[in-house]
Amino acid sequence: MKRSASVTRLLALLRKETRQMLRDRSNLYVGLALPLVLILLFGYGLSFDVTDARVAVVMEDGSAATVNAVAGLVGSDYLSPIWAHSMFEAEQMIRADEADAILRVPADFTRNLTAGQGQLQLILNGVDSNTAQAIEGYANSAVTSALLHRADRQADVGTEAASVAIVQRIWFNEASNSTWFFVPGLVVLIMTLIGAFLTSLLIAREWERGTLESLFVTPARPLELVLSKLAPYVVIGAIDLVMCLLAAKFLFEVPIRGSLWIIAFSSILYLLVSLSLGLVISGLTRNQFAASQIALLVSFMPALMLSGFVFDLRNVPVVIQVVSNLLPATHFMGLIKTLFMAGDYWPQIIRANVILAIYTTVLVIVARRTLAKKLD
Amino acid sequence: MTAPTVEAREVRKSFDDADTGTVAAVDGLSLSVRKGQLTALVGPDGAGKTTLMRMFAGLMTPDGGALSVLGIDVARDPQQVQDRISYMPQRFGLYEDLSVQENLDLYADLHGVPMDARRDRFARMLEMTDMARFTDRPAGKLSGGMKQKLGLACTLVRSPDLLLLDEPSVGVDPLSRRDLWRIVQQLVDDEGLSVIVSTSYMDEAERCAQVFVMHRGKVLAEGTPDALRERAHGLTYTALTPPGVAARDLQARLIDAPHLVIDAVPQGGNVRYILQPDEKAEEVAALTGEITTEPRPEELEDAFMMLLRQQEDEAPASAAATRPAAVVEGTADGKPVIVVRDLVRKFGDFTAVASTSFEVRRGEIFGLLGPNGAGKTTTFRMLCGLLPATSGQLDVAGRDLRTARAQARARIGYVAQKFALYGTLNVRENLQFYGRAYGLGRRALRDRIDEMTEQFSLDPEAQSGLLPGGFKQRLSMAAGLIHQPEILFLDEPTSGIDPLARRAFWRTITALAQGGVTIIITTHFMEEAEYCDRIAIQDAGEMLALGTPREVRELAGTDGARDMNSAFIAVVEDARARRSRAEAA
Amino acid sequence: MQAIALYITQTIALIRKEMLALLKDPSSRALLLAPALMQTLLFGYGATYDLTYAPFSVLDQSRGATSTELLARIEATGIFARVATLDNASQIAGQIDSGDSLLVVVFPPDFESRLAAQTEAPMQVILDGRNSATSSAAASQIAAIVGAYNQSLGATSPISILRRAWFNPNYESRWNLMPAMIASLSMLQTLMLAALSVAREREQGTFDQLLVTPLTPSQILIGKALPSIIIGLVQSTIIFLVILFWFQIPMAGSVWLLYFGLVTFTIAAVGIGLSISAVSLTMQQAMLYTFMLIMPLMLLSGLLTPVRNMPAILQIATYVNPLRFGIDTVRRVYLEGATFADVATNFIPLLAVAAVTLPLSAWLFRNRLS
Repeated sequence: MKRSASVTRLLALLRKETRQMLRDRSNLYVGLALPLVLILLFGYGLSFDVTDARVAVVMEDGSAATVNAVAGLVGSDYLSPIWAHSMFEAEQMIRADEADAILRVPADFTRNLTAGQGQLQLILNGVDSNTAQAIEGYANSAVTSALLHRADRQADVGTEAASVAIVQRIWFNEASNSTWFFVPGLVVLIMTLIGAFLTSLLIAREWERGTLESLFVTPARPLELVLSKLAPYVVIGAIDLVMCLLAAKFLFEVPIRGSLWIIAFSSILYLLVSLSLGLVISGLTRNQFAASQIALLVSFMPALMLSGFVFDLRNVPVVIQVVSNLLPATHFMGLIKTLFMAGDYWPQIIRANVILAIYTTVLVIVARRTLAKKLD
Repeated sequence: MTAPTVEAREVRKSFDDADTGTVAAVDGLSLSVRKGQLTALVGPDGAGKTTLMRMFAGLMTPDGGALSVLGIDVARDPQQVQDRISYMPQRFGLYEDLSVQENLDLYADLHGVPMDARRDRFARMLEMTDMARFTDRPAGKLSGGMKQKLGLACTLVRSPDLLLLDEPSVGVDPLSRRDLWRIVQQLVDDEGLSVIVSTSYMDEAERCAQVFVMHRGKVLAEGTPDALRERAHGLTYTALTPPGVAARDLQARLIDAPHLVIDAVPQGGNVRYILQPDEKAEEVAALTGEITTEPRPEELEDAFMMLLRQQEDEAPASAAATRPAAVVEGTADGKPVIVVRDLVRKFGDFTAVASTSFEVRRGEIFGLLGPNGAGKTTTFRMLCGLLPATSGQLDVAGRDLRTARAQARARIGYVAQKFALYGTLNVRENLQFYGRAYGLGRRALRDRIDEMTEQFSLDPEAQSGLLPGGFKQRLSMAAGLIHQPEILFLDEPTSGIDPLARRAFWRTITALAQGGVTIIITTHFMEEAEYCDRIAIQDAGEMLALGTPREVRELAGTDGARDMNSAFIAVVEDARARRSRAEAA
Repeated sequence: MQAIALYITQTIALIRKEMLALLKDPSSRALLLAPALMQTLLFGYGATYDLTYAPFSVLDQSRGATSTELLARIEATGIFARVATLDNASQIAGQIDSGDSLLVVVFPPDFESRLAAQTEAPMQVILDGRNSATSSAAASQIAAIVGAYNQSLGATSPISILRRAWFNPNYESRWNLMPAMIASLSMLQTLMLAALSVAREREQGTFDQLLVTPLTPSQILIGKALPSIIIGLVQSTIIFLVILFWFQIPMAGSVWLLYFGLVTFTIAAVGIGLSISAVSLTMQQAMLYTFMLIMPLMLLSGLLTPVRNMPAILQIATYVNPLRFGIDTVRRVYLEGATFADVATNFIPLLAVAAVTLPLSAWLFRNRLS
């Protein structure tokens, strides 16, 4: 069996890195157990979908028409009414966080309704603007359906006038389910986490333990060191990717409309970006504490907050958009959401992958330079 | 005449320093190392030995000058050099989570050792290091000495064109040290290996064919050990300790006269010393007085101490320590301050310390010796109250450590093996913290800090983490002594510090003992055991010997009678042979 | 009396040393303030659910006055910006897939004629649902515009809803997120600081040196906890000031109550950090444990989405999460002007966490076997 010296060295280093990774339990916890926890937490824990919003109902007008008007609320899946005796009591409920909104039926409601001018008051706790807007939407549609109901009964036809109706279609996520929106982004977060956090410790640990000095004075080449450190974590990343895809499909029932191969290819490419970013940080700081802090600050937190994972980048100021677009995570985030929900859209696939490939190349070169076998 | 293995011409290397700008670690150094022999680099801390070694290995680029290793310009093509040499840094980077075999395999693969050659080589290495039994054990679970041997084995998985060893025996016990040298010597003899070793042990330098004495980045002297030794010819004597006098007190008397005596150390119950070359006969006679002195053959260490003392700008640091420390009350009443009865410590199934008993009297210097992993660190940690005992009685300063640890702790001082103070704080802040933690009042604290910084010549404003090795050690001592403890615990305080600093350190210790402070110390320098009143040798958790240095030497039989190092090896090997016989039976 | 004085001076010495060790190192000093400030600004601008820019394209097959009027109204909001005018339906997919348009508005050919016939005329709105929050927000905006237009046509509904939002009248999501940052950003660092405080000393060997002094576990506990708490509060204060003066989110409640809540919350967080530290042998372990804990703490805190949207089992799990109650207290005091009585129940879980973790870590300092 003849192998070039370089291949033998690379295999030896690979074996060493793999063994080290497998023997250090904490690596496996972060690499495999934490992603699992995150999948479950993100999948179940993060949701914009308001259910059972608590609405305090204040009936100042007890007529039959009133009961009718709020019937829609009672019947709704999304709102659960709490009966309050007075506005004062309802306000107290809001302050004590026992209700999210107040629906007030004024004493003159029936009289005004007969005159075609019935007015209900909806007071919302605006602190959580998403929930407030959702409740408002539910309340509106509940009232509308109550009206239709009333119209049916009174057979009050012929009042139809010229009006514009909206026929709304939401592509990719017909039910506007926020789980569908979060789960694809999870792939990005987990790849970032494994990459940056785990590898940021790798080189720094060897500096701190003094093992690099011995390793440097061997025929091992810097690029071999870099590659051998990347490879075992690519495997961990691939396992995590499979976990994510399985959870997405079977646990959260998120559609995967793009082709699996492209998802796998792009994810591995992004994984390489974040792994090599971790190595660069590690090589530059040579200190595990600083490396992990910086890795969190420059990769994980931005991937969570600025990549379009939760917050839509269209809504942020230009400066933040510029920062976001510098992040590889942003490009991969956009791509993965499209791949999951919209399918293979080639212009984006090509653009994102080219950007990721450039990042990988640059970062591997820099990582190689930080291992330039010099102590000074 | 073959081409030199290493040829350095006017090599320079400086580092940036926050306080003083640039510091020249290697300053226009020239040397030429011959092939196929052992070459030693010796010198005090900060002489530039490690920097020079790293430049040989291509890990650092010289700022100037020419450096060729194996005929290659190492600055231009470090990789070519690294393909052919082996280098063992001060702390060899073993992968602690990999097993012994896996570490060996890794380095064999990296050096491209073919499979068939590997089998023989590994067998030989494992046999020489006596580690064949431990191939599956993770490297992190080995004792310090074994780690060092494994490190050497890893660097020697193939026969390199040049072997660089940077202080291979720091923190290694005498047995492992002997094994390490046996391996190196054998390879030099069998394979004509070229070896450059930096060391602060003069007996190691003595084994080498060529010795370079380095000082402040330059070569101070070079030659064969014999040629270097010659410099001390006619100046070396032994003073015979009269009965009833401690050897260390006699040593203190001699070393405190630096204008007459270059160096003095206790050895074999007596004191060996070197006179200044231009000494006045009558003054020497006045100093030695009634003591019998006799000339002795000069050793490399004598020449080394001479060379270094000539370079000292300031008076020896020991002079500062001669002021006697405040005398602890109730001195020398003969009552034991530490009583240990049937002390046992187990970790799971493993017995680290088996039923151990001893007493230490007030004002005594008590040495705890043993090979790496013998249980002396465990014993030591129990004595300081850092580790609870599994069973047995343990009284320190009259308190039972099990029930009254806080009170006992207030009366002890502790100096850890490695520098364990806060590196980002300056000297004063560190001392202030420990002083207050021990409950010193404002004025008392200020006075003590002044005393301590003066006694140990420390700059109160210097940042602790950036102090040179010897000064860090002094600061650790100052912190351990800030509250004037009755008992001072010192864990391998002299590991990795040079002979000059060791002399100064021991002068402080003997002064403290004279002041009534009880000292418990562990060390790997067996000659330092000679400073102790009594020593205990531990191995595999058991007490093998306990007594005065003389008693222990005599216990070891005729081999050991000459010096402590051989006595120690004899005692430990005897016990091990007995144990393996008992196991076999 | 003297014993108490001694106890206090010894503890102060330890606190002083901790603060010095933290603040003397320029890099750790920078790490204490810069990230908090940077993240507050970055997230302050970047973390928003508010729809501010929605590119859309139009396929107007009716080419009548109404569609023009409606489009003018949509564009007048300043949020919707027309990026393309399409010629046929086959172009719609391209606009949405590429993300160039968030929505496409389609007016069918008979749009105008149906209106003229006094009937309902449907207009089609196709939205990109990849970001469900954005698409819902855009949909409701369009609905509001169309509703207003219908009213102008005289089609009034017999029931109208008068909406009023308390505490955050304009539904600015920044108002919701930023006060939560006061608690969550500072927790990131205090937890890490506390978690490393003992682990670092263990790794560097200084912990042994500390354990041989007469300091008692309770003194070490206070000496280790207080600096982290102080730093945590300083960070919270910086974030608080940025939010109040830079982002100008009005503070409705009492500063005293806010700080009372923050102090309690920070103590609980430091307690968790110190427990991690006491268990860890190395800094690496401490960091990994902290990190593994921080993620669930953040996710299950109501920072990004409300706790009430979670499944019941996760909602129960949040009771041991100090961040949940920290964020809730800060939000309600800051935005709603909650009184102590309103938020009193939040203090129970916080104090419970502190009461368990702090004594536990003090015990572990000495009894953790090495």
